[in-house]
Amino acid sequence: MTQFLAITLNGLTLAALYFIVASGFTLVFGLMRNINLAHGAFYLLGGYIGFEALQASGNWFFAVAAAFVAIAVLGALLQMLVFRHLDGQELRQTLITLALSIILADLMLWFWGGQTYQIAAPEAFQGPLRTGLDVLPAYPAMRLVNIGIAIVIGVLLWLFLTHTRTGMMIRAGVDDRAMLQASGVNVHRVFAATFALGAGLAGLAGVLGGTVESLSPGEDIRILLASLVVVIVGGMGSVVGSAVGAVLIGLAQQYGLAYTPTYGALYTFVILIVVLAVRPQGLFGRS
Amino acid sequence: MTHKPAKLAATSAAVMLAVSPAVFGDDEPLVIGTMATLEGAFASAGEDGMRGFEMALAEYDYEIGGREIEVITESTDTTPESAVNAAQKLVSVDDADILLGPLSGSEGIAVRDYSRNVDGVTFINGASAAQETTLRNPSENFFRFSTDGAQWMAGLGTYVVEERGWDNVATVAEDYSYPYSQVAGFLYEYCDAGGDVAERFWMPIGTSDYSSIVYSIPPDVDAVFVALTGADAVDFLQQYRDAGGEAPIIGGTNTVDGTVLSAEGGQRDHLVGTPSAAPIPGDWDDADWTAWVDRYHEMFGDDALDEPSVFAHAYYTNARAMMAALDEIDGDIDDDHANFQQALADLEVDTPTGPVGLDENRAAIANMFLREVRQDDDGNLYNANIGVTENVSQTLGLPRDEFLALEEPSRNHPQCSEIR
Repeated sequence: MTQFLAITLNGLTLAALYFIVASGFTLVFGLMRNINLAHGAFYLLGGYIGFEALQASGNWFFAVAAAFVAIAVLGALLQMLVFRHLDGQELRQTLITLALSIILADLMLWFWGGQTYQIAAPEAFQGPLRTGLDVLPAYPAMRLVNIGIAIVIGVLLWLFLTHTRTGMMIRAGVDDRAMLQASGVNVHRVFAATFALGAGLAGLAGVLGGTVESLSPGEDIRILLASLVVVIVGGMGSVVGSAVGAVLIGLAQQYGLAYTPTYGALYTFVILIVVLAVRPQGLFGRS
Repeated sequence: MTHKPAKLAATSAAVMLAVSPAVFGDDEPLVIGTMATLEGAFASAGEDGMRGFEMALAEYDYEIGGREIEVITESTDTTPESAVNAAQKLVSVDDADILLGPLSGSEGIAVRDYSRNVDGVTFINGASAAQETTLRNPSENFFRFSTDGAQWMAGLGTYVVEERGWDNVATVAEDYSYPYSQVAGFLYEYCDAGGDVAERFWMPIGTSDYSSIVYSIPPDVDAVFVALTGADAVDFLQQYRDAGGEAPIIGGTNTVDGTVLSAEGGQRDHLVGTPSAAPIPGDWDDADWTAWVDRYHEMFGDDALDEPSVFAHAYYTNARAMMAALDEIDGDIDDDHANFQQALADLEVDTPTGPVGLDENRAAIANMFLREVRQDDDGNLYNANIGVTENVSQTLGLPRDEFLALEEPSRNHPQCSEIR
């Protein structure tokens, strides 16, 4: 029972991380049809920046903010300097993001080297949380914090998309971009804001991931693959879909790893295949 | 890219070798082709391996019997195909006389198989440490002066049972050949000394989230034997502690090596006291060893690692043996390497970690080291030497037929019942 409970919690805490990464990915895709293959590189770069910010400031929350802002600015710059000139050419944009991911990965390897980095959690959340319950005596505090952060981000995203003017424009753009443009909205500004938000979320997730797991070359590809699967299962462009997809994939990975370690990776892709076969647009996607 | 068939490559190399002395005389340099992983995640391991290689050649000023030595290096990426491609290129395009490498276990098996079909070129290992390469079905033409992953564990199993009193452990390791041999190497002694295995966990390589495994480890074990490398080790050790796991750790060779102990950011106080075993001694006040480490730092300065890795040590040992054998025969390999290969087979070479010789399968017999993680005055973790196991052979002291009768290391083997 203890084991089952812990593994379920592990699945949910992993899902929290996947959700934060995938929600940014899906927002950018929904609005701009840009499949950003550099999203994983943003995650890893955000983690490294968070590590450096923590070394400099000693404050974990500052590190999270620094990673979010730095990667958001990078995202906005890319949108304004590169992607805006390739409007409507999705394949070229995707190829450029692929190139970017390779270039960023090599630059990071050059600068931070091949070793493993871990971001120290804030002192209050280090080590296990002793619950005093027989059924689950101890659980990593930081993983619980991640669930909290993911819920807060989910709620903020929802408020932003439904209650602010920019949010409404983004939703309108997801549904019908041409009509949004025709009604006089400066779509490039909306695009830049969305790209910045999506990239920033990846950077922020990098710090969370670097705290409960670790940062090393290769993490970028792993997290990119995970978020691709999550948004394909959840439905490209749907934030709710990315939350549901993240929970499904997170739980599948953890149950798989714990109960059938050798075939753990299989379940993720079984879910992917079933969804693609039965509902190709994803669980919450629109056809 | 096209590849010539191995036979054609072999023939052309042999022709070149037969022709070259007559045409160019003995002034033609001796060409040594080296292979190491100089790209991807194992780039730093490959670079350190090449440092060890350079140290050995520098001792002879890149010259043997008046003949200059030319080195041509090819990068591989830990896959067998990349190693065979590199070996073929070095043999057929660069006309290498001797090949030294590769770095990883499955590369080593592939290069061994390739070496069977190549005459007139001698193959010497780099750092690859698969047991299989020399234990079963060895190649006449592949010499390994470095040791395998099972040998590296020598001394550890006995030590944890007799000195620490741990006789009920769980094992956690990655799911491929090298960790199989590390777990096996540990269990051969551990089971013999009276220990039992509570449960074995095999993780896909590159797993980041070990939290669910952590909760599957029986809480009443005396210790957890962990054979993970790099980021996998860092992740597991951190997550085990975060989940409230309190059993001490027993380290495989890479689990508590320099890359893990120096991993940035983590707080790993609970690792102090962790025993492990390796082909290099850690912090050891032996004169030969400290002189070698000092020379390593002198030659490579800021580029060097804090302490030479097992890769630098293995490439050095193999290159040192190659040079010693060449020196014995004055660099004369024109008899199709017969003299040279005989010299290699008979060699007992002095290394910073003691004498190294070969068994009948051309696999190394060498000293192994027990280490313990300690903390220095600045709070940095390091491995201190706590013991030496001398002259460890590939069959770990067992008669060869008895050792071969054991099942090959795998997820379920060896069982303690098979050993006792």
